[in-house]
Amino acid sequence: MSRLPTSRRRQSIWRLLDAAARWVVPSAMLAFGLFLLGLPFHIPGQALLRPAYAMGCVYFWSLFRPGSMPVPLTGLIGLLLDLMGVTPPGLWAVLLIVLQSATFISRRRLAPARFLVTWGVFTGFAAVASLLAWALQSGLALRLLPAWPVGLEILISAALYPSLAAVLVHVHRGPAAVELA
Amino acid sequence: MLRLSVPFRQALSRLSPVLMLMLSLGCILIGRADQNFDNDLRTGLNDILAPAYMVFSAPIEAAEHGTGVIGHLFSLSEENAQLREQNTELLQWQEVAMALQAQNDALKASLHYVPSPMPQYSTGEVVADTGGIYDRSVLVLVPPANGDPQNLVGAVAMDGRGVAGRVVEAGARSARVLLITDLNSRIPVALGANGAPALMAGRNGPDPSLIYWSPGQPPAEGAMVLTSAQGGAFPPGLPIGVVHYDAQNDPVVLPLASLDSLRLLRLFSYPDNLPVLTQIPHTKPAATAHHGKH
Repeated sequence: MSRLPTSRRRQSIWRLLDAAARWVVPSAMLAFGLFLLGLPFHIPGQALLRPAYAMGCVYFWSLFRPGSMPVPLTGLIGLLLDLMGVTPPGLWAVLLIVLQSATFISRRRLAPARFLVTWGVFTGFAAVASLLAWALQSGLALRLLPAWPVGLEILISAALYPSLAAVLVHVHRGPAAVELA
Repeated sequence: MLRLSVPFRQALSRLSPVLMLMLSLGCILIGRADQNFDNDLRTGLNDILAPAYMVFSAPIEAAEHGTGVIGHLFSLSEENAQLREQNTELLQWQEVAMALQAQNDALKASLHYVPSPMPQYSTGEVVADTGGIYDRSVLVLVPPANGDPQNLVGAVAMDGRGVAGRVVEAGARSARVLLITDLNSRIPVALGANGAPALMAGRNGPDPSLIYWSPGQPPAEGAMVLTSAQGGAFPPGLPIGVVHYDAQNDPVVLPLASLDSLRLLRLFSYPDNLPVLTQIPHTKPAATAHHGKH
């Protein structure tokens, strides 16, 4: 929380703008990152990076700055993820909302926990979400899709999270800190 | 700022996940029931994002070219010698090709051969990799459509060497190409010199597999794989790749197109006078009817 009570300070239009800009940072970063990951870098497994990145961001912000990642925004970002890729629209919206709700529920325990714990829990959540994605897509396509990408997706999510968290912690304390506005 | 009472805000925050979840599930169901729903959404988004993709992919390409130039400097003389050698070889082949063309023309003239219709084509830059875990597709910028962008749906996408895929969605500025390696890609092909029929099915890996070939005539290792006109979705005779055996009785196609690093794609729209036996997927009913009349 801020050192100065926010209500005591003057509510100028610039401060409101600053606060709004800071509030937007997490979701804007998430959306822009998804866009960047769509560029043809020709990295093997690039398609798997996008859901992993989205899950990591949603988990981190729901854990440490839930105010900046409201559920409707998560839904919209999920829809964006679906439309930028080729998954049925709404699929990742559902999965990201489920992930976020699970994070909200376990937030009181997780937020003060050590990094290893949050990382482990994230890997578990990502595994469940990836499995659900596979099951839903198989169900919607009415055939059994190959299961190996699920394992790869989980591995990539787990491997991506520490570096992602290291960056997001800085964003959390700096550009995204609404209380510093 | 909107001021709401505390209990109301609490209720709202409890309800919003449920509401959003129901909305998203509804979205999935609508998309499942109506193919055009997600096509329209996606095409709209791609058309909006296409210029942005182009702005951002230009520096990547420049960087790639730049590093390429520096890398090439070191092996210039070697490469020159190699190119000279290749050039003489190609010149010989050119003569062969010209002779064959002349012979071909003479034979066609004496057979009253009806040439296959010339396709219209447009060239587009690949600006985004829009694949997912189970999908292989790329987004191509297309020049602003003169007329109905739906005409482009079904166009055959080729890079410099072979068939890369097929346009499944087209908007005013962008088109989505489903690559031949996608799980949903099924292409009738003709194998080898005698054109034995088979179906090439994408399997999410780098090489699509061959299925439904006749058991008496198994595809030969190294045989050329060309498109077949069966089903009317493709014009005949476009090069796709060569047959290769990964395991016994499991022939795959090594694509000629470099599907991992597509830069430019040519989209060939073939005239619609091929027999229409297979519906081109994702075409709006109205558009199909329109095509049918011509």
